[in-house]
Amino acid sequence: MAELLVVPALLAYSEAAFAYAGELRGPGLAGRLATWGVRIGWLAQTALLVGQAASAEGFGFPWGTWAGSLNLFVWLVVGAYLIWGCTPRYRLLGLAVMPVAAALLALAWAGGGTAVEDGERSGAVLAVHVALMLAGFAGLTLAAGMAALYLWQERRLKRHERGVLKVRVPPLDALDRLAARSVLGSLVLLTLGIGVGAASFERGDFDAAMAITLAVWVTYAALLVLRHEGWRGRRAALVNLAGFTLVAVVLPLTHFAS
Amino acid sequence: MSSLTLVGVSHHRAPIELRECVALDLDACRALSERLGGEAVVLSTCNRTELYLAREEDAEEEAVAAVTQLAGDRGGDLAAALYRLRDEAAALHLFRVAAGLDSLVPGEGEILGQVRSAFEAGAPGPLLDRLFRQALHTGRRVRIETAIGESPASVPSAAAALAQQVFGELHGRRVLLLGAGKMSEATARNLVSRGAEIAVVANRTLAHGEDLAGKLGARALALDGVAAELEHADVVVSATSASGLVVSQETVAHALRVRKGRPLLLVDLAVPRDLDPAINELEGCFLYDVDDLRAVVEETLSGRRGEAAGAERLVTEEAGRFRDWHAALDIVPTIASLRALVEEIRDSELARAGGRLSERERRHVESVTSQILAKLLHLPTIRMKEAAAAADGVVYADVVRHLFGLGEEERR
Repeated sequence: MAELLVVPALLAYSEAAFAYAGELRGPGLAGRLATWGVRIGWLAQTALLVGQAASAEGFGFPWGTWAGSLNLFVWLVVGAYLIWGCTPRYRLLGLAVMPVAAALLALAWAGGGTAVEDGERSGAVLAVHVALMLAGFAGLTLAAGMAALYLWQERRLKRHERGVLKVRVPPLDALDRLAARSVLGSLVLLTLGIGVGAASFERGDFDAAMAITLAVWVTYAALLVLRHEGWRGRRAALVNLAGFTLVAVVLPLTHFAS
Repeated sequence: MSSLTLVGVSHHRAPIELRECVALDLDACRALSERLGGEAVVLSTCNRTELYLAREEDAEEEAVAAVTQLAGDRGGDLAAALYRLRDEAAALHLFRVAAGLDSLVPGEGEILGQVRSAFEAGAPGPLLDRLFRQALHTGRRVRIETAIGESPASVPSAAAALAQQVFGELHGRRVLLLGAGKMSEATARNLVSRGAEIAVVANRTLAHGEDLAGKLGARALALDGVAAELEHADVVVSATSASGLVVSQETVAHALRVRKGRPLLLVDLAVPRDLDPAINELEGCFLYDVDDLRAVVEETLSGRRGEAAGAERLVTEEAGRFRDWHAALDIVPTIASLRALVEEIRDSELARAGGRLSERERRHVESVTSQILAKLLHLPTIRMKEAAAAADGVVYADVVRHLFGLGEEERR
C-alpha cells in the first residue's frame, strides 16, 4: 500500500509546477498553492521512503538501483528547495526545480524505484557512499536552478524589459551568492562521498562514471576558485550550468551504461 | 445629530494656478480650523485643499465662503471648481483620498501621512474624530490587503527598485551621484530610504556638490575624479546638465577590472545622456536611461490600476460602516433617555421597598432587577440601531419617545 504514496507525491509536485507558472503573472494565490503542493508532495514522498526503508530486513539501502536512486535524489532536491521555497522572494525558483522534480519522480516510478518490496540490499559503506553522492548532486541541481534563474533575470534587466519589476524574482546578487554556497556545500558532500567510495575501491574498478564524477568535482572546484578571481554573475552561472550538464546527462549515461 | 460637510478643490477640476491660491501649510490649516470653530479639519496638499466640517445645521455656505476667501481675487473662478459633498458621500471621498485612489498616481503612499497630519492639526469633535480615524484605518487596510502601493510610481523610486532587484538589501551599498540637481537628490533620497549610502557627490561646480553632499552625509568631488570612484560604487546615478558624455564605456571597463565581477547599476537621468549607452554591453553592468525607467513605471502603474478595483471594494465597505455608525447617532439620545427612565423607576421602587428588606435581600433584588431590565432593553436597542442603519431611525426614535413619554417632563 505504501508504494501508492508516489501518486499523491507526483500529483502535488505537478500541481506545484503548474502553479509556479501562474506566479509569473504576479504574487498571489498561485504562489501559495505551489508552496503547499511542494510541502504536501514532499511529505508524501517522505512517507514513501520511510515505507521503503522499513521494508528492508536489518540494515539495508533500498535505493541502490538507478530508479531507486532517482527517487531518493528527487526527495533530496525538493527538500533542499523547501529551505528557500517557502519564502515569497525565492518562490519563483520553484519554476526551475519543480517541473524537473515531477518528471524525474515519474521516471523513477516507471523504473520501479518507488516499489516497496524486500529485495536485494546494498552494504553499509555503499549506502553511505550513494547517499552522500546523491545529496551532493541534489545540491548541485538546486545551484543549477539558481544559475538558470540568474541568467533569465539578467537577460531581462539587460534588455530593459518593461515588466522587469512585475515578477518577484530573487535579487541577482543573492542568486549568485546562494548558488555559490550551494556548490560549496555540495562539493563537501561529494568529497566525502568520493572518499567513502575510495575506501572500497579496488584496482581495475575505475570506470567512465568515476572519471565523470571526478570531472564534475574539478569543474565545481574550479568554479569556486575562479569566483575569487572575479568570475561571478553571468560567467559563474554558465560554468555552473556546464557542470550540471555533466551531472544530469553525462553521469547517468556513463553510470548506468557501465 | 451633526451632519458632515465637505467642500474642496482638487487636481481633477482645478488647474495648478487655482490650487496654489488655496494651498496651505500645516500651521495655516491649524489656524483655519480654529477660526472656523466647532468641528473642523483642513486637508491641504499639492493636489487638493479640502474643508471637513461637522455642524448641527447646514455648513456648506460657511465652508464655501472660507475657501473662496482664501483665493482672494480668484474666488469666483475657484467657486466653479469646488465640489460639495455631504455625509456618506463626504466620508467615501475622504476614504478614497486616504487610500490613494483619488491621487494622480493610484495608491501613492504620501497622502496617508498628509491625512494624518491634517487630522492632528485640525479641531475634530466626535464625528470628525471617528471619520478621520476610520479614514486612516482604511488607507492602511488598502495598502496591506492589496498590492496597490507595492510597485514604484516614479522614476526615482523605479531606479531604487531596480537597485533592489540587482542587490537585494541596499544596506551598505555605495552610491555615486553625478550632478547635484533636484533629480539627483530625489533619487538619492529614495535610495537612502531603502538603506543605501550616498558615498560621493560629483558635480561640475564643486560648491553645489558640497551643498548636496553635506545634506546626504557624502563626500563632494569634481566630475574629473569620477573614474576612480567607479571602482568602489554599487550604484551610479547621473543627472548632470553636461552637453556630452560624462562617463565613457572605456572608463567603466577599466573600473570593472578591479571590481572582481561585482555588478554595477548605472542610472542615467540626464537629457542629453551622461553615460555612454555602450556601457550596458559590459558584463555585470546594467544601464538604464530615463526612457527605460519611464517604461518600467508605466508598466507598474498599469498593475496599480488593476489593484484599484479591489481597493475600491474595501473603501466602499468602510464607508458603509461609517454610514451605519453615523446613522446610529440619530437614536443614541433616545436609547440613553430610555435607559435613564427605567433606571430611575427601578431606583425609586427599590428605595420605597428598602425599609422592608435586609441588606442581603436588597442586594439580591438590585441584582435581579438590573438583569431583567438589561435583558428587556437589549432587543429594542438592537432593533433601533438596525432601523437607524436602514434610515428609519428617526421614526423609531419618535415612536419610542411617544410610547415611554420620554422628554415630556422637560416639555411640561
